[in-house]
Amino acid sequence: MERPYPRLTPENAFFWTSGSDGTLRFLRCASCGHFLHPPLPRCPICLGSKIASVAVSGRAKVVARTINHHAWHAAFPPPYLIALVEIAEAPYVRLTTRIINCEPDEVEIGAPVRVVFERQGPAWLPLFELEPK
Amino acid sequence: MDKFESRSRITGIGMSQVGRRLGVDPVGLAIDACIAALADAGLTRRDIDGLACHMGPVSSDGYSGAGIIDVEEVLRIHPRWFVSGHEMAGHSGPLLQAALAIAAGLCRHVLIFRCTWETTALARARSDRDPAPQAPWVEGDHQWRLPFGAFSPANWIALYADRHFNKYGTTREQLGAIALNARANAALNAYAVYKDPLTMDDYLSARMISTPLGLYDCDVPCDGAVAMVLSAADAARDTRRPNPIRIEAMGGQTTERWSWDQDTIDHEPLMKGAASSMWARTDLKPADVAMAQIYDGFTFNCLSWIETLGFCPTGEGGRFVEGGTRIALDGELPINTHGGQLSAGRLQGYGFLHEACVQLWGEAGDRQVPGDPQVSVVTTGGGAPGGAILLTQG
Repeated sequence: MERPYPRLTPENAFFWTSGSDGTLRFLRCASCGHFLHPPLPRCPICLGSKIASVAVSGRAKVVARTINHHAWHAAFPPPYLIALVEIAEAPYVRLTTRIINCEPDEVEIGAPVRVVFERQGPAWLPLFELEPK
Repeated sequence: MDKFESRSRITGIGMSQVGRRLGVDPVGLAIDACIAALADAGLTRRDIDGLACHMGPVSSDGYSGAGIIDVEEVLRIHPRWFVSGHEMAGHSGPLLQAALAIAAGLCRHVLIFRCTWETTALARARSDRDPAPQAPWVEGDHQWRLPFGAFSPANWIALYADRHFNKYGTTREQLGAIALNARANAALNAYAVYKDPLTMDDYLSARMISTPLGLYDCDVPCDGAVAMVLSAADAARDTRRPNPIRIEAMGGQTTERWSWDQDTIDHEPLMKGAASSMWARTDLKPADVAMAQIYDGFTFNCLSWIETLGFCPTGEGGRFVEGGTRIALDGELPINTHGGQLSAGRLQGYGFLHEACVQLWGEAGDRQVPGDPQVSVVTTGGGAPGGAILLTQG
């Protein structure tokens, strides 16, 4: 069984294909600089409508994590680590994601991580790995 | 304050059979609960002029077992006013809506119901010889979590619990006290799904679902329905009981983003506004509350509500429930006296409403909270919008 992937739409395609050049991008309000995630057509801070996707560094910090032990899906054999990370340029923007290339119990709250993309269907999923110490 | 809540009373409650994989048409369960609630109120369907329901039409995933359309097709109430949906103040949002409709003079007696049939729906899906093809993609809000293996609220809420453990020193034994309390109360409840004794060893050694949440931190899916009659205060005089239940205050404000991961992660989202907007509408304080029937889809949700309602400061919830004596039936704040969703079954918030009424009427038998309790707080939801209600004896 295939892993589920996001259905691409005109609104979300920039995000899910952003990893094709190895770069993470988010929408940002050109008027006030607020980052918008998940994507929105207007800025919730200033109601501005000039919204464009901008590249970020791909650095983030782990704010919570859980090791999943239950077999919810045939293509996701447990255990694996799910984490909530906040984006360096805008800590109010978070991604629910996985931390890979390490043991699940190696990931501490506060750990610096960096983005690494994984192809799934038409999408490049932003996963993360621990920054080298 | 002349408030909308004071213009209506809960005059009857009803419940269908409750259990796992009952294998019956869920609409029948909803009708059973409605008929029971009508009889409890001493009314007939001809007296009802409004219908309110959480969720909507019966769904094949089992989350909704009956909507207005399904119930009206049998009961033929010809409602003057009706509402259903889930963009509401928690699972109990329809109660708030009905109280507004009554205060506005639209209705005299509103029948409110919630039906779920998750276990039978799942069993049917597994045995389906002609299953609907499943799309490999996900869309809407699910796109932000499911592609990463975060399939279940157990994962999403485990993240909050992990943070609470790390920030405040909360422990598995403390969450376990909530699960053990629920099971001890369920043993005294005839309709509870799981009544066998549960020890701390059982709790700690059960299989892990998503750290730090184990099997007994998760509630129990079931089939079943609950209904209640909300009547205009003057019309309540026509009903069976001399002491219909009063609504002291309701709250359902949302003060955080409707998101599982973008806003607060220190407690379950969308509880805070519900609690504060309820307290803003009453002179009563947490210390006046005799019991709490609060949403426990996971043990951590219950802990979150304890803190959010102000029974203890943020971060102290673990220590508040530790050992379980404070929240036991004879404790200073009995919690989930029917066994909660953790042990009695996931009736989508309506088990809490039902239990608060049973207790305030003094009809809970072996599990009756001692001392003639006068005030119960009831909460539903969180994550999805939360709803908070303060009920008092009539």
